[in-house]
Amino acid sequence: MVLTVIQSLCFILFVGGCGYIAFRGFRNVYLNIMLGRSADYTDHPGERWKTMLMVALGQKKMFKRPVAAMLHLVIYVSFVITQVELIEIFIDGVFGTHRIIFHAWEHILVLRGLYVFAINLIEVLSVLTFIVTVAFLYRRDMLKLPRFNKPEMKGWPNMDAHIILFLEMFLITNIFIMNSFDMAAAHGEYGFWISGMIAHNWEGLNEGLIEVFEKIGWWGHLAGVFGFLMYLAHSKHLHILLAFPNTYFSRLTPKGYINNMPEVTREVKLMLDPNAQVEPAASDAPAKFGAKDIFDLTWKNLLDAYTCTECGRCTAQCPANMTGKLLSPRKIMMDTRDRMEEVREKMDANKGVWVDDGKNLIENGYISVEELRACTTCNACVEECPVNISPLDIIMQLRRSLIMEDSNSPNEWNGMFANLENNGAPWQFSPQDRLNWEKA
Amino acid sequence: MDIKVPTMAEMAANGQKPDVLFWVGCSGSFDQRAQRITRAFVKILNHLNIKYAVLGTEESCTGDPAKRAGNEFVYQMLAMQNIEVMNNYGVQEIVTTCPHCFNILKNEYPALGGKYRVRHHAQYLQELIDQGKIKLTDATSFKGKRITYHDSCYLGRANEIYEAPRKVLELLDAELVEMKSCKTKGLCCGAGGAQMFKEEEHGKLRINEARTLEALEVQPDIVASACPFCNTMLTDGVKGKDMQVSVKVFDIAELIAQGQGLDGF
Repeated sequence: MVLTVIQSLCFILFVGGCGYIAFRGFRNVYLNIMLGRSADYTDHPGERWKTMLMVALGQKKMFKRPVAAMLHLVIYVSFVITQVELIEIFIDGVFGTHRIIFHAWEHILVLRGLYVFAINLIEVLSVLTFIVTVAFLYRRDMLKLPRFNKPEMKGWPNMDAHIILFLEMFLITNIFIMNSFDMAAAHGEYGFWISGMIAHNWEGLNEGLIEVFEKIGWWGHLAGVFGFLMYLAHSKHLHILLAFPNTYFSRLTPKGYINNMPEVTREVKLMLDPNAQVEPAASDAPAKFGAKDIFDLTWKNLLDAYTCTECGRCTAQCPANMTGKLLSPRKIMMDTRDRMEEVREKMDANKGVWVDDGKNLIENGYISVEELRACTTCNACVEECPVNISPLDIIMQLRRSLIMEDSNSPNEWNGMFANLENNGAPWQFSPQDRLNWEKA
Repeated sequence: MDIKVPTMAEMAANGQKPDVLFWVGCSGSFDQRAQRITRAFVKILNHLNIKYAVLGTEESCTGDPAKRAGNEFVYQMLAMQNIEVMNNYGVQEIVTTCPHCFNILKNEYPALGGKYRVRHHAQYLQELIDQGKIKLTDATSFKGKRITYHDSCYLGRANEIYEAPRKVLELLDAELVEMKSCKTKGLCCGAGGAQMFKEEEHGKLRINEARTLEALEVQPDIVASACPFCNTMLTDGVKGKDMQVSVKVFDIAELIAQGQGLDGF
């Protein structure tokens, strides 16, 4: 009895502590996203729900690469269904019970059958997931799939990917330790197929030892789950949660659409007609054109950055990257996120207040001008992203800042701008010659 | 041979209004290769007695290259001037042979007060074909020819128009083959985002070279495009590979005009 109480207390303390740490991580992610400019992505809720169901839940865009999609689907389904077992672990943990759901349904055989079926399903999926995880490691490290081995993946991002894959294997291993020793202890009463087969190996072991191993598996699985939860906010794996809000808040406009900057409209109207009726500026602060830092991007851009799981489909399809230029759309997202993390660290060190650190997202070890210049705005990255991220939206805003704030432009573009202003064409032709094509 | 092209100003002076404004665009107006696309499209319009007009000297760049380079000021100045001109003429329908003009007129002008029904000539030609108005007299001249269509980013991914240009090409008695990257996965020609107007960044090869290699892989007689900039890029690419004798780059309008026996090539 005392032992049960101590065990329950340990469980509650463990879950509470881990839960708190995980919560802190998620809170920081939320606060960072809220550092962005406001933008409205709430129109057409019906279409938004549909997009979320198709793209996040249904993984529609993943199926552009059917093999990868199937492998990913196995892990995804397995992850969702395994949570059933976690419910039981929670109840057992708090009340010091053992396999509470199984025993509670002693006399309701249909429900008990359903429970056994669920655990069996979890076990089958776990085996599949283990195989897929090995396949993913093989693909990453042995086949050296190009998109996983681009320069921006060196160091931490590569480590991050491995930590996640090994955590998955750790979780699955513990499920089988837990279930198989439980089967051994209960002499097969539960009727789990796969762990039942494993349990044959434990025959003849001391009963106390079997119980200890079962506890190791139980706690190991729990530790894996909470380790994962605490790690999530610091890893690229956040997509398992953020894919849902990120696809809900998708850009519903055609991909070719780039917004008209209202602050420019105001100035251009006044330039063309000093007496023009224009809406007053939203604030007295002098308008800043385009984005230099994360604060100038929209919250949606920042949510995009946290949702990115660094799969690199964008970069693999980017014509600039394909032909050896520096630009990698994935790196745009990774740099945006890294800058947010840097900003948060500095804010935390300064009681949550932001003091300009003289850095920003352009250069400073983040996104270089050369990368920004190489984009053809072809939308291949946007089309490709399985969770509707737009690297292009960030690239465009940074480009605007380069041109309109810093007058940082290649000479050829300066010439083009001058021609556009003077002749209404990007080349040096007279507007009077515009109809010359009708002459043979 | 000069072709007769009505302007909005002439029509207005005669108290007339065209059914559709043909937005020519800078490339179609000034680039020698693209002028041939413009002429081909106008020949089709004239041949079908479509009541259209161009803005002529009153047309300016839509502002697309400025905007995509990051210069929103120059873009909006041009846009507002163009919108004023078009609204004064009461323009309602626009057709254009340039996907960049098409995209910006359709998607970005409305918020600045320029609300028109905008179609790209791929859609426009497809409608005419569907209505039975375009009949090829010379379709057999394409018999046995292999044609591969290059998707323009601003028509394809940007506005999800993949089928219309292909439907137009189906009218020709030719064999249509797809490149390795097509439709949603279509590889850019390298001109968009104002890249046309500057040197490429340092890399292993040029984007138009990469795309040309994909096109040549399917051993076409004709590479079809629906964008004057793509056309320039691919023409350069084919020349760069010394294949210009056996592989021709044509706009879909040129191919249709050719199939209608409207000469000029």
